[in-house]
Amino acid sequence: MQVEINQPILAKNDELAASNRALLAEKKVFALDVLASPGSGKTSTILATIEALRDEFNIAVIEGDIASSVDSEKIKAQGIAAVQINTGGACHLESDMIRRAYDVLDLDNLDLIIIENVGNLVCPTDFDLGENAKIMILSVPEGDDKPLKYPGVFQAAEAIILNKVDTMPVFNFDRDAFYGAVGDLNPAAPVFEISATKNQGVEAWAEWLADRIRAIQ
Amino acid sequence: MHELGIMTSVMSVVQQTAEQNNATAVTKVSLMVGEMTEAIEDALVFAFDALKEGTIAENAELQIRMIPPKSSCPECGNVFVHDRFHRGCPECGNMLTTLVEGKELAIESIEVDIPDEDEE
Repeated sequence: MQVEINQPILAKNDELAASNRALLAEKKVFALDVLASPGSGKTSTILATIEALRDEFNIAVIEGDIASSVDSEKIKAQGIAAVQINTGGACHLESDMIRRAYDVLDLDNLDLIIIENVGNLVCPTDFDLGENAKIMILSVPEGDDKPLKYPGVFQAAEAIILNKVDTMPVFNFDRDAFYGAVGDLNPAAPVFEISATKNQGVEAWAEWLADRIRAIQ
Repeated sequence: MHELGIMTSVMSVVQQTAEQNNATAVTKVSLMVGEMTEAIEDALVFAFDALKEGTIAENAELQIRMIPPKSSCPECGNVFVHDRFHRGCPECGNMLTTLVEGKELAIESIEVDIPDEDEE
């Protein structure tokens, strides 16, 4: 006998993501999900973003890592609330983990929650966390061919940050090839060239994000 | 590597559905997977084979229907199938198209043995 089911496999995650989205909409808090590889400069970029926006917005960070609290310590050292999620081996964050983090954050006094997803260009793409936007960071040393290898994340991202642009002279990064491939995959996404640790190019990216946050307030 | 988590969700729905229908065995599980997701067919099969052992679906076959990406063009109305890398409209050249198929991750149906059926 055939039994029809016709339901999304990630239905539970999607339902909780919708509930997360509703909760933050009510509190007028913007959630940003940051996807990138290990070592691409996620934490540095987040720190630079905080520096650029902290005068206008109250910010908290959710750090997703397989293990350790190294990243959340760096955020807390800047006087910013940070919640560490250790996935214990899992390669991505899911919406129930995000909900538990929301439960310990002071949502009434926040404008922006930055979610640093687990370093991985594949798995986090398929999971809705209830965020307002997913963005991605690619760093120059990773190479200009990454849009061809990980098309999913380049399409899921509403904005693309190209980090470590100060290292372009030492890597054979083909800017035209990169922009060509991104243009085929996701022509609507702006690309922001930055060097997070040198605080170059951060203003344009921060202004894009600030506009998105103001739009929901 | 998130295929194991995806398949764990599938197995929990399969077992629940089998119980609701008083099934004695699950013989087939049918999924629909869009090619624009990051779920890889081989990894899903591997996870299924690992997870079905010792369950009601122990002897079940996994059928995966892969859905190729399809987009529509808001400029000229063209609807077209494409690969994972090129979403520009082949008719009018507009790059800002809307994906309409290819992100599916769904359980379509299962086939089960039930006692009544066996007696027929």
